[in-house]
Formats: sequence, structure tokens, C-alpha cells
Amino acid sequence: MSVLVALIAIGALALVFGLILGYAAVRFKVKSDPLVDQIDAILPQTQCGQCGYPGCRPYAQAIAEGDEINKCPPGGEATIRHLADLMGVEAKPLDSAHGEEDNKKVAYIREDECIGCTKCIQACPVDAIVGASKQMHTVLIEECTGCDLCVDPCPVDCIDMVPLKPTVSSWRWQLNSIPVRNVE
Amino acid sequence: MQSLIEKIRQGSFSDFPGGIRPQQFKELSNQSPVSRLPLPEKLFIPVKQHIGVEGQIKVAIGDKVSKGEALTQSMNPFAVPVHASTSGEITAITEHVSAHPSGLPEMTIELTPDGEEHWAELTPMLDYRQQPKTKVLEAICQAGISGLGGAGFPTHIKVTPKKDIEFLIINGVECEPYISADDRLMREHSWQIRQGIDILCHLLNPKYVLIAIEDNKPQAINAMKVACQENPDYIICSIPTKYPAGGEKQLIQVLTDREVPYNGLPVDVGIVMQNVATCYAIADAIFTGKPLLQRVVTLTGKALQKPGNVWGLLGTPVSHLLDHAGYTPGKRKKLIMGGPMMGFELASPEIPVVKITNCILAPDDKEMPEAADEQPCIRCSACADACPAELLPQQLFWHAQAKELDKAKDYNLFDCIECGACAYVCPSKIPLVHYYRIAKAEIRTEEDEKQKADKARERFEFRKQRLEQEKAEREARHQRASEARKAAMDKDGGDSRARVAATLARAKAKQNSDQSSTEATDKVAAAVARAKAKRQATQKSAPEPHQTDNTEQDDKAAKVAAAVARAKAKKQATQKSAPEPNQTDSTEQNDKAAKVAAAVARAKAKKQATQQRAPESTQTDSNEQDDKAARIAAAVARAKEKKNKRSIDKPEPEQTHQDIDTPMITADNDKKQKVAAAIARAKAKKALKDNNSS
Repeated sequence: MSVLVALIAIGALALVFGLILGYAAVRFKVKSDPLVDQIDAILPQTQCGQCGYPGCRPYAQAIAEGDEINKCPPGGEATIRHLADLMGVEAKPLDSAHGEEDNKKVAYIREDECIGCTKCIQACPVDAIVGASKQMHTVLIEECTGCDLCVDPCPVDCIDMVPLKPTVSSWRWQLNSIPVRNVE
Repeated sequence: MQSLIEKIRQGSFSDFPGGIRPQQFKELSNQSPVSRLPLPEKLFIPVKQHIGVEGQIKVAIGDKVSKGEALTQSMNPFAVPVHASTSGEITAITEHVSAHPSGLPEMTIELTPDGEEHWAELTPMLDYRQQPKTKVLEAICQAGISGLGGAGFPTHIKVTPKKDIEFLIINGVECEPYISADDRLMREHSWQIRQGIDILCHLLNPKYVLIAIEDNKPQAINAMKVACQENPDYIICSIPTKYPAGGEKQLIQVLTDREVPYNGLPVDVGIVMQNVATCYAIADAIFTGKPLLQRVVTLTGKALQKPGNVWGLLGTPVSHLLDHAGYTPGKRKKLIMGGPMMGFELASPEIPVVKITNCILAPDDKEMPEAADEQPCIRCSACADACPAELLPQQLFWHAQAKELDKAKDYNLFDCIECGACAYVCPSKIPLVHYYRIAKAEIRTEEDEKQKADKARERFEFRKQRLEQEKAEREARHQRASEARKAAMDKDGGDSRARVAATLARAKAKQNSDQSSTEATDKVAAAVARAKAKRQATQKSAPEPHQTDNTEQDDKAAKVAAAVARAKAKKQATQKSAPEPNQTDSTEQNDKAAKVAAAVARAKAKKQATQQRAPESTQTDSNEQDDKAARIAAAVARAKEKKNKRSIDKPEPEQTHQDIDTPMITADNDKKQKVAAAIARAKAKKALKDNNSS
């Protein structure tokens, strides 16, 4: 008898909790995975596709689903470290199959060779190239992410990837000290 | 509050935590008055000499400028102009090694002095008390004055406070070893400094003015006391000598025992601080109209035979100053701009004097030996004791070294004033400040990159959205067009079909009624008529007169026959629905039938057309064929190109001859050649790709 009471009680509880959980699942449903957003915020947004995914967000999705975190050459070590922190996994060196970490570059169009085909404009993921059909195109350096995607479509090979020159504001201190010593 | 002011008047001050007492070496340079040097051969005036943004250059190469003429201008409130330090000619506007630790080239105006020193027109403002404050501020800004203490913050911004100011602190502490520029300035120009303070008081209305001077400069204290004796609100504070008492936050703490909040400014605690040299420059700008063209520079160090202070024209190369100080470089030729604690090593002696250059230190090899090897941190915490900002330098070092920038930030890395006290006391000779500078730069870069990434994401997403929208619009347009087409077709086709059906039905009905009513009586006539109609139909060019004959014979029979004939003709026409030329004949015979046929034909043509449009996708199959063709074409083009090249190679001499004769044509040819080159490159690329893929 007591066994029956126990079974009924437990069953009733299970039913109640199940209903609550079911309702909560519907009521508090999260449309997009917040983890993907967090990962996407860490990725450098060059949209270069070197990771093998068509942009940063798809790669973020893939990482959330368990892909490796070391496939992003533009982000480099810093990005891997941040991703490792976020995902709670061990940071590992960059997977060289996807490219090497490089100095930041921007695209440069040799303007007298440009034939105005607009192919690079279509390829640019961040609309950093301005120009019109049969007019010379040029790159907005401020907006260029250095993703490389415009280089291949160019039929006359007039786009170079130029490393950014360090400026006074982007320059980094080197370790050379200026010590002062008491002279005896 | 009263007690605080009384305490200050009595000369009892608070203290800031930490600090060090390095040997001063000030007597090296503070013995002789500030001297003037002959003009250098060339002045290099950097366009940007302060924190903020640079203005636009408004002179061109070859322009003759007068002394004090503005070389840049800007509408931006964070920009102050730079001026021609002497009269002469602009000989270049180019990049020149900058007065920055990196020595990276920056835009610089090169001025060759003519030695005449004729001034531009100056507009002094002697009645500044009657002028609106904005006008005085404008004059200070136009004089190019930015903080001469070290950071170079535009002065006119600092003296336009939004809050009530309780204390105006005039900083004459000069706590760094070796430097004596402010000391000499106070000794020799205390009156003008006081005039500058008067102007600042007019602008800021502070309750009290504190003039802080370290007690190792008794002559300067005396001079300032004499200059300020008429004004009881100007209090000269002789503060104990301790490095870095001259730091803004530290000096505020010493004088008022207030702390500037994290991420805040002195204004937040009712204080504005100005350097004595800035006061001097402000007085110059208001009372004589002279912009900031020169500043006192301490030349010191044991590698100089005649150390001292000089008036350095802005833009003078450091090498020129050193030549006049008897510079005998040691083995390492080390030169430091600024003091030994916070200064930086110069990348080249051609670096010009700028607004923040207060000292050039030329140590000999013994004075500042090569940095000893860095040893591991022993956690002695001597650095923490010395830190004036109450940070934990050893922890900051730990995290900066491990590149754990977040944690370094948590330990308030950005509160570090980079005074170098920690590195000075470190027994392991760790260059701590440099680790902090690197970490700070890295954090700034990271933040910058993050900002850029956010912008890139925004642009990328916007682009995606735009492309999707365009696609949707295109699809909607296509759908609308196809619907319109369908509707038009339905209308046409339906009409004709309905008409055909109606006529057929009518014909049948007539036939039926004829058959039922005249079956018996006019069978023969009907047969004859049918035969005739058949003949007519097959002949297709049956003239109407025949029929009129029939009508005469037998009205009813003829009618039936005609109806049947018509029906048959119609049937034929619809079945054929074909070449119109044939039908033209029947048109004569029967208009209606022809119309129907034409409508059907039209409908069919439309259908065909749509069918043709539809199978576009199937063309992709044929693309392969096209590709092959393209490849062949490319190969042919390449071959042609080669041939062309060979042929071009040969007759070149002739061409050059032509070029000289007809420059117009060459321009044309140029364009053609460019186009040809572009095409050739495109082809070559395609060929390469093809090769790769095949």
C-alpha cells in the first residue's frame, strides 16, 4: 500500500515539475545561442574565411558546436587566449593549416591599372571599396579589415595587400630602459 | 576649510605615499642664467606638438614667413597652431624624425631662417580684464600654448572649467633630477610668471592660488615671494623635496590632501594646475601678443662641457643645442629628452625641440652605465613601498609579463603615472615601467582593434542585410513580371479558346438541328453541300460566288453546308495553327476563323517564348562547352599576344621615332596599350587559373 502511495506521490511530483519545465522551455526560449554571440564578439570580424567558414559568425557557431578554437590567423594568439578563457579549454597554438599570424595589412588598388570591373566591390565583405563600373576603384583604409578576399577576383591583379605602417599612436614600446644610477 | 588654508599658510603639508629621493644633480645646470643661442641653419617644426589633433598646414614650400606667423590652423577645439619660430623661408614640408620614443617620422615644416627676425603683426591685449573671457581664451589658443610641464595638454581647454575652482595650483616643483629650467625661469622672470597667474585668475576665479616649489630651490622661492608680495591670495608653498612631488596627482595630495578620483580630473576636486612656464607663455601671449616660439631647455649631463639653460626656439635640432654646450659624446652617444626618470632616449640628434622639451640629458658612459641584466623578481615589495600611486608594481609586472592584460587592468595599471620610482628601487634591476608601458600600449591596441572589429561586424551585417533585401526585391520583381505575363496570356488564350469553343458549339448545335430537321428531306443536298464544302476547304481558295449560287439553289441546304464548311475550316485552322501565309487565304474565306487561328498562334508563340526563357538553368550544362571554347579562345589570344610581342619587339625603333613626331597619337596609343595590357593580364590570369584547375 505504502509503495503505491509513494509511486503516486512521486509520479504526481514528476508530472507537476514536468509541466513547469515544459512551460518554462516555451516561455523563456532563447532564440539564438548567447554563446555564439560571445564568441563572435571575440573574433576579429575580418570575414576572411581562412577558418574554412564563410565568415566570423559561422565560425563562432562552429566553435559553439565544438570546433577547434585555433583556426583564426587574423586574431592570432590573443584571440585564441580569449576563446580558451571563454570556452574553458586549453589554449593551443594557431593551426598553421589555416594560415600564419601576420602583420595587419590593408588592400591597396593600383589605380592606374584598375579597369573598373567592380568585381572587388562585390567581393568585399565590409563595403570598404568604393567605385563604379568603368570608374577607378579605391579602398577605404579605415574600413578595410585586410581579409584578402578582393585580391583573387581582380582580373588584372592590381590589388596589393600592403602592411600598415606603424604610427606614433600604434607604436609599441620596446624593452630598453633608461636607468639612473648614483655616481660615486 | 579655513583650517586647510591656515595649514597651508603655515607651511605644514600632507604627504603622498611612497616616493624616492634620488640624487638631484641640479647644480650642474642651474648656476648660470638662461642664455640665447645663434639661429640654427634649419628649423624643423613638427605640425603636432601636443596631445590632441594637428591643424591643417596653411603655408606652402617657398613661402616667406615672418616670425610668429601661424603655420597651421584648425577649427578643432583640441588643436592649437604652431608658429614660425623666426622669419625665413619654408624649404620643405615633409616627414622628419619625431620627438617621440619611437622616432617615427611625422609631418614637419622645415624653415630656413633668413636671420632678419622680422616679426609678424602682433596684437597685444593689455586690457584683458575688460575683454570677454572667450576672447582671452581665443588669444591663448591662437598663441599655440599647450602645457609646458610635460604632457602638452592644450591650455585653453584646461582653463575653461565647467565647475567652480577652489585652488589654482602653479607647479614649479620640478622634482626630476638634473632639470632646472623652471628653477631658472622663476629666478629670472618671476614678474612675468605672476602676470600670467593674474590672467589665469581672471579666467578661473579661484579662491586661492598656491605656487608650489620644492624646498631645494630657495632662490626661486624668494623670487616668487617678491613678485607675489602684493597679492595676499597668492601663497608660495615650499614643499619637501621628494620625487615625484611634481606629478599632478601627487602635488594635489601634498597641498590639499585631496585625491583625484579614478578616471577623473583635478577639476573634479575643484583644482586646476598649470606649470610656471605655461604662465610665462600666457603672459607673453596676452601682454605682447607673441605666440609660443621658444622655451627654456636644460642642457645637462656629464658629457657636456658647458651645461646650462638656454632659450630653445621650437624646431631647433637637438644637435644644434648640443654643439653650443660643448658636447663630447661618450662611446654610447646616449641622449635623453626629458629627465632621467621619465624621459626617453632620442632616436637621432636631429630631433627638434618641441613644446614639451624641458631637458636634454647627455650622460657620459660612467654616469648612466648600460642597463644591468634583469634578474628575477624576488618579491621584496620595495617597489610597492616606493609607488606614489599606491599600486602593487610587482603584481602588475607579473601580469604584464605573462600578458594577462585583464588582470593587470584589474590591478589599476592605468593609474600608473610611469614615474619610474619602482624601477629605481628594484634590487633585481627590472625595468618595470617599460613593462607597464608595453602592457598599456597593448591594451590600447586591443581596445582599438575591438572597436574596429565591432565596426567591421556592423558593416558586414549591414551589407548582408542589404544583399538579402536586394535579392528579395529582385525576386518580387520577377514574380510580379511573370504573374503579369501569365495573366496576359490567360486573358488572350482564354478568350480565343472560349471563342473557339463557342463557335464549335454553335456549329455543332446547328449541325445537330439541321441533322434532326432535314435529315430525311435534304440528305442529298446536304451530301452535295458537304462535298462541295470539303472541296472548298481543301482548295482553300474558294471564291464566294460559288456559295451564292448554292444559296440560290437551296437556302437551307446552303446554310447548313456553309456552316459545316465554316466549322471544318475553323477546325482545320485551329489544328494547324501554323504558318500564317497559308491562313491568309482562308482569311478571305473566313475572317473569324483566321482571327481565332491568329490568336492561338500568338498564344503558342508566347508559350514558346516563356519556355525558352525558363530553361536558362539548363544552359549551365552548356557552360562547360563554353568554358572549353573560352579556353581555346584564351589560348588563341595568348598565341596572338606572343606574336604581337614579337612583332612589337622588332619595329620598336620605328615606333619611338613616331612617338617623337606625334605626341598626340602616343597618348592614344598609351591608352590602347594600357587596355591591351589589362586584357592580356586578365587573359593570362584566366589561363593560369584554367591550368591550375585542369
